[in-house]
Amino acid sequence: MHISEGVLSPAVLAGGAALAVVGTAIGLKKMDYEAIPRVAILSAAFFVATLIHVPVGPVGAHLVLNGLMGLLLGWVAVPAILVALFLQALLFQFGGLTVLGVNTVIMAAPAVIAYYLFRPLLRQPGTIAAVGAFACGFTAILLSGLFMAAALVFTGEAFWPAAQLALAAHLPVMIIEGLVTLFIYQYFRKTQPALLAKLYA
Amino acid sequence: MSGIAEPFSEGSSLAHRLDPRGKIVVAALFATLIAVAQSLAAVLGGLTLAVLWLFLAWLPWRQVLGKLLAVNSFIFFLWLVLPFSYPGDPLFTVGPLTATKQGIWFSALITLKSNAIIIGLIALIATVPVVTLGQSLHSLKLPPKLCHLLLFTYRYLYVFEEEYQRLRTAMKMRGFRPRTNMHTYRAFAYLAAMLLVRSADRAERVFQAMLCRGFRGVFYSLRTFSWQRRDGVFLAGSLLALAAILLTEWRLPRLV
Repeated sequence: MHISEGVLSPAVLAGGAALAVVGTAIGLKKMDYEAIPRVAILSAAFFVATLIHVPVGPVGAHLVLNGLMGLLLGWVAVPAILVALFLQALLFQFGGLTVLGVNTVIMAAPAVIAYYLFRPLLRQPGTIAAVGAFACGFTAILLSGLFMAAALVFTGEAFWPAAQLALAAHLPVMIIEGLVTLFIYQYFRKTQPALLAKLYA
Repeated sequence: MSGIAEPFSEGSSLAHRLDPRGKIVVAALFATLIAVAQSLAAVLGGLTLAVLWLFLAWLPWRQVLGKLLAVNSFIFFLWLVLPFSYPGDPLFTVGPLTATKQGIWFSALITLKSNAIIIGLIALIATVPVVTLGQSLHSLKLPPKLCHLLLFTYRYLYVFEEEYQRLRTAMKMRGFRPRTNMHTYRAFAYLAAMLLVRSADRAERVFQAMLCRGFRGVFYSLRTFSWQRRDGVFLAGSLLALAAILLTEWRLPRLV
């Protein structure tokens, strides 16, 4: 779920935009010109993965995979997520231009945090790595929910219940993302260890 | 078949023919101004301006309305909560919840703001094909790496969408039905993993092919933009209208 246009206060919009600019600048700096095709193709695959709708009881949720994106890309995940959100705003009119900064922070900050928190765990063998992979997907969505709630609350006190509901809506998604990230990690480990090379770098 | 589409980008209307750079600048200023506006008068002015632009773009009405309905889901969610949580004079009660007059006003203002911006963006930005948009952002001095990333990501969206549809068809043929269970989550995870693995393979091949063709990190565009008189008129008119909205906002602060 993205926050739409016209909801947040100017201060929150400006803060989100400033953070997104800094993160994007760091990400772009870490990305060579030669890496652009690789990053872009991975980011296109992630974009399409978000089209996968997963049933959760009576309702559905779509995959986000920002934790995994952070693991594979590190800081470069910030420009990749910015571009993906911009394309979503263009093609589906979800999110928007003025909230692009805030939505980027909501999605990309957890990705970068997951990169630093869980990369060491995933280098370990067996069970520890499995727990790390689950926690990576789980935590990334938890943080996204918290950041979204914070953006709403900083806009105005009246948004408290809305922020709580938004966070509650993230709870089932957290568990699913944890499981899916775990399974994807195991699949990579079995079939394509080269993809995880960045983890060991 | 494809779920990803740019339904509004093709056309021969005036809004389609305008120089994309002018449209991007106007759209960015407009979106920022309306997002910051707090007065009903300014927001209504913005909505009027956005609808005028929509007339210039002459898009299929049904599709635009359909888009708007889909996009308003977050706003709808806010309507369920905000009228009851905004402090003010009570208007009516539903069970234990009391809706306030100010809450309704505030929700209505947010709805108008949101839709004004979306209509404006559909008229001005969705009428530019993404590739042209990437080139215009480049000529508007955005970081070249970011523009290349945008163009490249867009280029491969459709490839992976097709790949995804193929994998889904294969799953369907093997009798896969999504349910709330571990098997479903594992199957979807392997589906996503397969997409990522294939994307990594493709990325390597594409990169090598590009190196063979002498790629040095720069795209040379054959497209040149030409700034014409109608672009100047559009820019001047839009800026005047935006200034009027700004003046309204400044003179009539916070009606709500």
